[in-house]
Amino acid sequence: MTAMVKSEGVHKSFGQVEVLKGIDLEVNTGEVFCLIGPSGSGKSTFLRCINHLEKINAGRLYVDGYLVGYRQKGDKLYELKDSEVALKRRDIGMVFQRFNLFPHMTAVENVMEAPIQVKGVKKADARDRAMELLERVGLGDKAKNYPSQLSGGQQQRVAIARALAMDPKLMLFDEPTSALDPELVGDVLDVMRDLAESGMTMVVVTHEMGFAREVGDSLVFMDGGVVVESGNPRDVLTDPQHERTKSFLSKVL
Amino acid sequence: MTDKLDKSPSDTPPPGDSVSAGAASGPAPETIKAIPVRHYGRWISGVIVVALLVALGIAFSQGNIQWHTVSDQLFVSSVVQGAGRTLLISILAMIVGVVLGILLAVMRLSKNPVTSTVAWLYIWFFRGTPVYVQLLLWFNLALIFPVLNLGPIYKNNMTDVMTPFMCALLGLGLNEAAYMAEICRAGLLAVDEGQTEAAQALGMSHTKTLFRIVIPQAMRVIVPPTGNEFINMLKTSSLVYAVTYNELLRSTSAIGSTSYAVMEMLFVASIWYLAMTSVFSVFQYYLERYYARGSSRSLPPTVFQKIKANLIGLGSERGKG
Ligand SMILES: Nc1ncnc2c1ncn2[C@@H]1O[C@H](COP(=O)(O)OP(=O)(O)OP(=O)(O)O)[C@@H](O)[C@H]1O
Ligand SMILES: [Mg+2]
Repeated sequence: MTAMVKSEGVHKSFGQVEVLKGIDLEVNTGEVFCLIGPSGSGKSTFLRCINHLEKINAGRLYVDGYLVGYRQKGDKLYELKDSEVALKRRDIGMVFQRFNLFPHMTAVENVMEAPIQVKGVKKADARDRAMELLERVGLGDKAKNYPSQLSGGQQQRVAIARALAMDPKLMLFDEPTSALDPELVGDVLDVMRDLAESGMTMVVVTHEMGFAREVGDSLVFMDGGVVVESGNPRDVLTDPQHERTKSFLSKVL
Repeated sequence: MTDKLDKSPSDTPPPGDSVSAGAASGPAPETIKAIPVRHYGRWISGVIVVALLVALGIAFSQGNIQWHTVSDQLFVSSVVQGAGRTLLISILAMIVGVVLGILLAVMRLSKNPVTSTVAWLYIWFFRGTPVYVQLLLWFNLALIFPVLNLGPIYKNNMTDVMTPFMCALLGLGLNEAAYMAEICRAGLLAVDEGQTEAAQALGMSHTKTLFRIVIPQAMRVIVPPTGNEFINMLKTSSLVYAVTYNELLRSTSAIGSTSYAVMEMLFVASIWYLAMTSVFSVFQYYLERYYARGSSRSLPPTVFQKIKANLIGLGSERGKG
């Protein structure tokens, strides 16, 4: 299997504060890769580095074989232009904890927007595709609703459809269900499960250990900006090897 | 009424299995008929205000005012033309202000220190000096630059360039831009950062993100104060009297000073200003309604819907009472 994401000694600091202290990991193509860890451990930051919403300070990060944010010539690194970064981001879908749907557009317009604006897809074609995707996440009948007229779970499913509309190779999920009422979590997880079955490569930051165990192919436990433990989710969750993993799991399970 | 309320708990079936059945079969609750609280304070203050208004009305009716002059002069062609010019200069100055204001706001928020400093200086100068002084500066520009010389592109006498219209447009428009810049900046900052991030994560460029995602949302914050700015502009435009532009105040005053109907002509001007600001207020309401789409679950009613609702409301209230 080839690596969709490859991280070699990735460091990230905000000012004086070092948030990522050398992350080494590999996400294989087609797998569901779960990232767990206590608050402030740097999970979101790492996810945002993958699509270059944050610049890394040291190390190398590759997506689909390409260096993120830079071009290497000899032993020199050249920063990519904004337009080149944007080009790379098309292939990486991202789903946020707080949905971040565009509030001035209806559900279907949210899904159509990027294909039209970024890929130059024709409006009619984009609409057909958007409707298809909304059906897929079970919201065909909500296409004309504005985000404020949808429940949190419905908004998150529209957000997933919006990311899928760009036909990404990789999907990043940053705690997609943490802002949801418990009874709405299931619908979103079902959509993610379907997506995993269709073979999408997914990196999922989550506190849903049930989902990680059931759907995840690999799992990494992060704490304090480093990877503490990694492996098969069922093994790590049932029989953690490290003290820090044990104490974290005892709190969340 | 009270005993109905006291009884009702024992009437209702125990919560649980047959709640809906009980509610459906039980008698409809009697409408409450209570004696309303008497608001004596409201009555007294109402009477006082009405009395003052009557006194004011009497004073005006006995004052030395020739009301027929007001109605005669209201639609005289020079007055109508003046009102037209007031509207024209206000709209044009506002367009200059909005376009330049958005540009300045984006400049101020840019990461480039040169552009943000230039924008800051512009705003500092044009907000820090009175618009009246700025108008006079444009008007008297020929005193220091007799000739406007833009190299090979353009060359002319300053007095030919700085017509009263140009002075008015530049004076009002450039001043407005400074205020609009601050309004637009607040609007742009009010848009959640997550919006920019979501757009960029989808691969949208900075420009596309600004025009498709950020500005449309900022409009909801920008439009209401901009409407107020325009209403202000309609009134502030009377200051261009000073640069001899023949707007409403100048054309009414011209008649006033030749016919000695000074107050009458000021009334005429006031009526026109009121008419223009009122019409615009209605327009503004619809504009705000348009930009509010998506921000609340249902749009606020239009004026006609409101009137209709009020009429129905009044009717049913009367029906009850
Ligand atoms: N833009 C920023 N500027 C400064 N500090 C930041 C910034 N973003 C994140 N941090 C800091 O980096 C650390 C890691 O944050 P991050 O959001 O990655 O944690 P997390 O693991 O996702 O936590 P949570 O589970 O609460 O979402 C935190 O201490 C946070 O305060
Ligand atoms: Mg986080």
